[in-house]
Amino acid sequence: MSDSTATGPVLAADGTPLKKSLAQALRREKTRALLLIAPLLIFVLISFIFPIGKMLFRSVENDIVADTIPLTVVELAKWDASSGELPNEDVYAAMAADMVVAIAAKAHTRLGSRLNYEQTGLSSLFRKSGRAIKKWDLATDAPFKEKFLEIHDGWGTVEVWQTIQTHSGRKTSGYFLNAIDMQLSPDGPAAQPESKQILITLFKRTMIMSMIITISCILLAYPVAWILANLPARKANLLMILVLLPFWTSLLVRTSAWKVMLQQQGVINDILVWLGLVADADRLVMINNQTGTIIAMTHILLPFMILPMYSVMQTIPITYLRAAKSLGATNWTAFWRVYFPQSVPGIGAGSILVFILSIGYYITPEIVGGTKGVFISNRIAYHISSSLNWGLAAALGAILLALVLILYWAYDKIVGIDNVKLG
Amino acid sequence: MANKISDIAVPVSLPFTLSLVGLIVAAISFVAGRSAGLGYNEVFITVLVGAVLAVGFAYALVSLFDTHRPAMIVSALLGALIGLSLGSLGGAVFGVIFGIIAAFMVFWVHYRQYRSGLPTYLSSNQVLWHYGFRVICGAIFVFLITPILVVIPLSFNAQDFFTFTPEMLRFDPAGYSLKHYQDFFTNNEWQRSFKNSLIIAPIATVISVSLGTLAAIGLSQSHVPARRAIMAILISPMIVPLIISATGMFFFYSDIGRFLEGTLGWNKNFVGYFKVVLAHSVLGIPFVIITVTATLVGFDRSLTRAAANMGAGPVTTFFKVQMPLILPGVISGGLFAFITSFDEVVVVLFIGSAGQKTLPWQMFTGLREQISPTILAVATILVAISIVLLTVVELLRRRSERLRGLSPG
Repeated sequence: MSDSTATGPVLAADGTPLKKSLAQALRREKTRALLLIAPLLIFVLISFIFPIGKMLFRSVENDIVADTIPLTVVELAKWDASSGELPNEDVYAAMAADMVVAIAAKAHTRLGSRLNYEQTGLSSLFRKSGRAIKKWDLATDAPFKEKFLEIHDGWGTVEVWQTIQTHSGRKTSGYFLNAIDMQLSPDGPAAQPESKQILITLFKRTMIMSMIITISCILLAYPVAWILANLPARKANLLMILVLLPFWTSLLVRTSAWKVMLQQQGVINDILVWLGLVADADRLVMINNQTGTIIAMTHILLPFMILPMYSVMQTIPITYLRAAKSLGATNWTAFWRVYFPQSVPGIGAGSILVFILSIGYYITPEIVGGTKGVFISNRIAYHISSSLNWGLAAALGAILLALVLILYWAYDKIVGIDNVKLG
Repeated sequence: MANKISDIAVPVSLPFTLSLVGLIVAAISFVAGRSAGLGYNEVFITVLVGAVLAVGFAYALVSLFDTHRPAMIVSALLGALIGLSLGSLGGAVFGVIFGIIAAFMVFWVHYRQYRSGLPTYLSSNQVLWHYGFRVICGAIFVFLITPILVVIPLSFNAQDFFTFTPEMLRFDPAGYSLKHYQDFFTNNEWQRSFKNSLIIAPIATVISVSLGTLAAIGLSQSHVPARRAIMAILISPMIVPLIISATGMFFFYSDIGRFLEGTLGWNKNFVGYFKVVLAHSVLGIPFVIITVTATLVGFDRSLTRAAANMGAGPVTTFFKVQMPLILPGVISGGLFAFITSFDEVVVVLFIGSAGQKTLPWQMFTGLREQISPTILAVATILVAISIVLLTVVELLRRRSERLRGLSPG
């Protein structure tokens, strides 16, 4: 729209060069967009991303040993753990000094329970010693080595001192090793004693059960998505309600419904007994085990599989199937070679969604899973609220989060975050 | 669906119809015999007698009548008589229904009614598969909906059981009562948790909707730096497993709570609500972002330019032009955020104190510890609420599609 006879740069209406004016407008637009996003972004960053990041750092933090017994840590560093001999008097004197301070601050029991994660018995050792050491006088009661040994034999074992020395660093890989059933021993990473090896099993179980749930969701969702996509719109909309109603119903309602259905005096068992398929004496055990978790979670996650499959299948023209058949394909060939490959994106999207959701599930396994049907999330909750081993909970959480993020990345690559649809 | 049987009137062979009827009735009487607790010999006799009677009945029907209507009436009358002679009024009603269905099925099979509406070139196997597939789908739909439907009658149980009592199965009014509902509406614990849910969820929804809509509008501008990264961050509360979010927030909000109560001296109860509301609004944000950005995709940008052209400021343009058009998306995003908060239990379990006990929390402890059938009454109420929400979202979706010209409505 510039004047064809003018020379020099094209000017905007207010006289500035058009290029500059456009750049300004673009910058203004960007700033406006960012200003609109900023409040929410800051809110999410501060109250969500940052807390999770901070929580994950707990998995490597180990300040408690160095903060509670600082003098001992320094003295103990000089001790050769592999010599097989007890540390010298300096270490015991430092320990006495540290303990007096720690007992005054009531910090010694916390240190005890921290070290108890690594070696069972240390918690009671610190608690018992606390009561005795309270009466000591640092100036007159030296030497301390014998006095420590008098309180508890534990102070006379090399292992206790090795444990303290191994875990005196401010950063530790101990929690992550614990999370994969290993432990940080004085000689480096080693396997946990057999009796404590449960977490790898739990991770494996979480993965395997999530996979079973995903596969059963695929099997159940495929026919439903097909029939929804191929029925006339009016009928399909009616049937869609049957899919959306469970989707909108409270998770706890569905979980309690399954508790009602599956328990031994529950609806399914009653029907089976009434039909004479199962004797009254040996009713099926379908709850508080893996079966319960799998059935209930398949039901709960099924809509998340049906909806993406349905939206993909809606775009596949059914005429392709007829064309294939008229070219001589059998029913099976027409389906397997023509229809199925086109529906694979829907299966992929649904599977990743269901898998991501199921490996992080907590409520349903907690209620219908008993002890054999729980997931890694339940273990994390246990460590946060009952055993208070927050470092281990954070390490387990970090591994779970890493798994989910990898899957999320794959989901983004396959489906794209922008294409997530709800309802 | 089947009204003109006589039009087609090409009966299949009589043996086919009769053997099918015989097989089905044999299967039914086997199950019935087993459920009545008979031994295998008696069941065998039951099956044989049932099948012979049914075959005779079917033969009589198809040879006496040309169309299904009179046959259905006769069969219904017969069913009513048998039902009356065996037992109560309920038996008669059951007999009528069964008689109608039985006669209809006999004619449906005998006159190839099952082929109407299907392409004529299908082979018998394909027809069989067509119906087999429908049966499979029906079974899956039953699986989807049964758990939700089962809860409803059980919530009217007069006993403190989680299962159907014999009185309920006999439709005896004495087996039903509203006592669990009464318990819910009078019990302090349930009422407090219900009230807490009604306080927390709407406030959290308002926060996520207002911030989320603004951000979605910002994100839908044509030039947004680092759009994907921002989107990923805003969606993350939906992706990160709840237990991890809850753990992170647990530490964060206990620090915040200490600061607000200790340093600023805020009221303890208020701080409790404040923490839970903020945590829930973060969880609701992804749903608002997703639904609103989806609506904005179909928004015609030239409308805002036209408004600006006519002298409207950005604020006027937003409220008078843009907002009415994206409102359906905003509302359904808000409903998602509401249900997320209303249904949330893990996070509130970690960061809330007893004063903020919500309805799902109360249900969760109810399910884990003292199993009280009041849970079923609550569940029924929640199902009713979700039906209402589902209807609203569905209506909004249709309206939005109509506004955007995607479907004729």
